[in-house]
Amino acid sequence: MTTSTKRDPGVAEARATQAERPPAIRLAGLWREYGERVALEDVSLELAWGESLVVIGPNGSGKTTLLRVLATLLRPSGGEVGVLGARLPREAWRVRGRIGYVGHEPLLYRDLTVAENLRFHARLHGLEAPDARIAELLERVGMARRRGEVVGNLSAGMAQRVAVCRAVLHEPELMLLDEPLAHLDPEASALVDPVIGRAAGRTRVTVTHDFRAGLTEGGHALALGHGGTVAYAGPASGLSLDDAEAIYRGAPG
Amino acid sequence: MRAFTAILAKDLRVELRTLQSVPAMVLFAVSAFVLFRFGLDRTSLDGSLAAGVLLATVLFAAILAVNRVFVAERDQGGFDAIRLAPVDATALFAAKAAALVVYLVVLEAVTVPVFAIFFLDDWAALLPLALVLLLADLGLAATGALISSLATGSRARDLIVPLVLLPLLVPLMIAAAGAAEPLLAAGGPSYDRVATWLGVLGLYDVIFLLIGYGVFDFVLED
Repeated sequence: MTTSTKRDPGVAEARATQAERPPAIRLAGLWREYGERVALEDVSLELAWGESLVVIGPNGSGKTTLLRVLATLLRPSGGEVGVLGARLPREAWRVRGRIGYVGHEPLLYRDLTVAENLRFHARLHGLEAPDARIAELLERVGMARRRGEVVGNLSAGMAQRVAVCRAVLHEPELMLLDEPLAHLDPEASALVDPVIGRAAGRTRVTVTHDFRAGLTEGGHALALGHGGTVAYAGPASGLSLDDAEAIYRGAPG
Repeated sequence: MRAFTAILAKDLRVELRTLQSVPAMVLFAVSAFVLFRFGLDRTSLDGSLAAGVLLATVLFAAILAVNRVFVAERDQGGFDAIRLAPVDATALFAAKAAALVVYLVVLEAVTVPVFAIFFLDDWAALLPLALVLLLADLGLAATGALISSLATGSRARDLIVPLVLLPLLVPLMIAAAGAAEPLLAAGGPSYDRVATWLGVLGLYDVIFLLIGYGVFDFVLED
């Protein structure tokens, strides 16, 4: 997968540097099984640094499994996985701390306050004096006034906003986002989107069921069919909405 | 080290805020002493019986905390959060074992005096007994943290922890009882073979701390 970029000297230099690096994500024949059930079957793709990939597919098609493999949280059963220049799972230690992950769970302790949770994650990531960064992020997602509140008392949408702060706190190079706008109302989505969106300039992999929005955003698309097979992999513009709907219905795209 | 202190501080903060483990352990231990007092119909214990009552009570009270020590990590995503961070997973094991040691020390600070009031004629044994208990706590915490991490993903966690943990703790109990028995002897503490049993306790602690350090990375893998 490659992007078309207007050439200017700075960009050309940056791209020359990037050309020497391996892709941000490289999958070759990725396979993942849970017991006898195949969750991902022969997934292959490459994603360059700074590019975005939207992953769509019906329930049980392996989207979350793919994201967890990329996040080093699951070991692949077979195939090759390269993330940020490291081969997984052997070199997982090289990418931990460089990934921002927003999953189905907010990864926040319910009995700690918003600020305590974020300070805890900042310490895990070795951030020195993180209070200013925490305050800035909470302000951006509209949660500054809730910083002293225990997470267990927050609504799902508010916890999701804090989870986004947690995921970007350490300024990761790669964002792995599993339905990042789930639970959020339009106003909250508008606040959160710039923090994790294209404007943030990071390499991104986003799992979404809102394939209309996902495909119109541009970048690249990976459509997984039932059983974790690859139904489509390529530029998002190359997958029509009708074909995407057909993949969700289980019909050949 | 920063991950160890962060996780330990987090666990102690949560325990102080929610009081989920230590009060239950204290209540259990005090209730057990009351039951022993009336069940044995004795107002004074010494030697092996005193050591057995004290250590068995501490061990069963500890299981209450061991069962819970990884629950928040499993239910609230702590395992994932720690594996996403650039930290050694053994920091989690060390922090959980340290948290269990703190819980056990608090438990014993409250309940050993209760035990002494109920059963001991002579309190002179309490100071050397503290060393025995501290070494026993280290082994109990190391083994408990390891088994709890293995069992935490299972729905039968409450069954698996005692089933697996108790047999592993038999050598620790033998050594701790061996050290405590002369200390709690009738007529005042004796130090016969105490050093030997303390050495066995220390060896047990080192072995299980090393096992935990060596295998914990694999425990956290999917």
